[in-house]
Amino acid sequence: MALSEDNHERRPPRAPLSDVVWPVARTTLRTFGSIAVTLLGLLFVTFVIGRVMPIDPVLAIVGERAAQSTYDAVYQQLGLDKPLIVQFLYYIWDVLHLDFGISLLNARPVSEDIARVFPATLELATLGILFGVVLGVPLGVLAAVRKGSWIDQIARVVALVGYSMPIFWLGLMGLLVFYGILGWVGGPGRVGIFYVDVVPSVTGMILIDAALDGNWDVFKDAFSHIILPASLLGYYSLAYISRMTRSFMLEQLSAEYVTTARVKGMSEWDVIWKHAFKNIRVQLITVIALSYAGLLEGSVLTEIIFSWPGIGSYITTALLSADMNAVLGGTVVVGLVFILLNIFSDLLYKVFDPRAK
Amino acid sequence: MSALLDVENLWVKFPSRHGVFDAVRGVSFTLGRERLGIVGESGSGKSMTGRAILRLIRPPGIVEADHIKLDGVNLLDKTEKEMRAVRGQRISMVMQDPKYSLNPVMTIGDQIIEAYRLHNKVSKSAAYKKSLEMLEAVSIRDPERVMRAYPHEMSGGMGQRIMIAMMLIPNPEILIADEPTSALDVSVQRQVLDIMDRLVKERGMGLIFISHDLNLVADFCDRVLIMYAGRIVEVCDADKLHEAKHPYTQGLLNSLPRLDAPRDRLEVLQRDPAWSEAPSVSGRV
Repeated sequence: MALSEDNHERRPPRAPLSDVVWPVARTTLRTFGSIAVTLLGLLFVTFVIGRVMPIDPVLAIVGERAAQSTYDAVYQQLGLDKPLIVQFLYYIWDVLHLDFGISLLNARPVSEDIARVFPATLELATLGILFGVVLGVPLGVLAAVRKGSWIDQIARVVALVGYSMPIFWLGLMGLLVFYGILGWVGGPGRVGIFYVDVVPSVTGMILIDAALDGNWDVFKDAFSHIILPASLLGYYSLAYISRMTRSFMLEQLSAEYVTTARVKGMSEWDVIWKHAFKNIRVQLITVIALSYAGLLEGSVLTEIIFSWPGIGSYITTALLSADMNAVLGGTVVVGLVFILLNIFSDLLYKVFDPRAK
Repeated sequence: MSALLDVENLWVKFPSRHGVFDAVRGVSFTLGRERLGIVGESGSGKSMTGRAILRLIRPPGIVEADHIKLDGVNLLDKTEKEMRAVRGQRISMVMQDPKYSLNPVMTIGDQIIEAYRLHNKVSKSAAYKKSLEMLEAVSIRDPERVMRAYPHEMSGGMGQRIMIAMMLIPNPEILIADEPTSALDVSVQRQVLDIMDRLVKERGMGLIFISHDLNLVADFCDRVLIMYAGRIVEVCDADKLHEAKHPYTQGLLNSLPRLDAPRDRLEVLQRDPAWSEAPSVSGRV
């Protein structure tokens, strides 16, 4: 009994609660502060772009043949008669209320359009990055551990092809082979024509909406449509992620603490995953977050080839038809995604690297 | 004195594009429950000898020997899995710089507990308790705080004592200390050495002390092997190191500044190509 009490006493002591709460609160405040500042910068840039573009927003609304009085009325309605700084404040106010103005193309609020197209990109990008991480990281680790072996060579070729093959070619070939000839996957678009608007849109991501609705036919169909573009995007991020993982891992495997782990009598598997891999997590997070942000920006070519109604093709279409509200709205959203992912990876740093605390 | 370790004709080879490079060339020695020093300059093969005993030379490096016997059992015949039971538990190693030899993203406690639990099936709290005792044994004050800390929060001397605690916690029979004090400030070198010496003596262990510091080895060890170009050129008792006969050892000693006999210019070692061709001297007892 005395022994067990002794044991109890020697259990790892916990830090007092106030020591935990304050740093967390401070970090949170600082994080939100930096989000606000970065966002302000982003809005300033988009605002300036909107003002210096040689497109008259009034003319775009009233048309070229409108009377001068109509023109003036709209000019005032848009607040263009006010000083620039006031206009900027109005702009910030609107954006904070998720009001990006009206799209000139379809006369709908831009925010509604984005709420429709962004989930499509989000769904595709998330599946793509999952594919890239789940296959790319182990491939990179394996290539580093078995450096110079056949598996390293294969990883090298896979990455090289991924780096150098243009996606429009690979995408078209993929469609030709897997959709056209083999018929294994669904064609372009998010779902087949019989399944359009069958499930109620909750998240805007069809896979999730279908699952929520319990409609597995739609789920299966949507999956067969997304799998090809998602694997393609995943393949490109895999190429990058596996190469980076390999070089991070090679650096760690030559470190002295790895020898220490071996001296302790650890199995090679544990040496790799419990020691070396723990040290590349921080670097990997940056690589993965950047790849993910790149995918969320919407890969225009993929979205066009697969008729995927995502944000990439939305912004491109808007740009080509001088629909500035839509372009700027899309830009703000993409910028916001970048900011959030950066903050998120910064927070993860602190979790994974004690030196960053 | 019964030999704990018996190494016969050890070679470490690295095949390269320009032929095979021999880092260690036919070294033989035995180790009892004593402190055996291995000295030599950079590249003389002393570190490679230490790592070869643990079979830690990574491919493409090759270890060859007539035998490396631990208590009469040849380590070269063991499978990798059997070898893992030897590492840590029976032969352990302390490396040069604790800044690099401790895992930066794991707490010190986790790393010590891990070393213990790899060879002892005990609960976490029992291992925690044992780790605290071990840290106390290497004169760490406030071991509970240290258990929670990360390596970057430690000084070099503390780091090396932690390393020693971690490597001795499974109670090995042999410790290989590979330049354990070279990265430390002179002021803490002695302290770390004393702790290591005390623990090795208490436990009746064999110690292989690898260093380039002749005076340190002369002070600290019982017997010294002097290595040059992958071979042992001379074996002597540590207290008779200053009477060493081999011109290489004499050259090394003469190149050191001495407080009691100051000189304007230190001697430069004149190398004789014949040294590296002469057969290795046996370090067997």
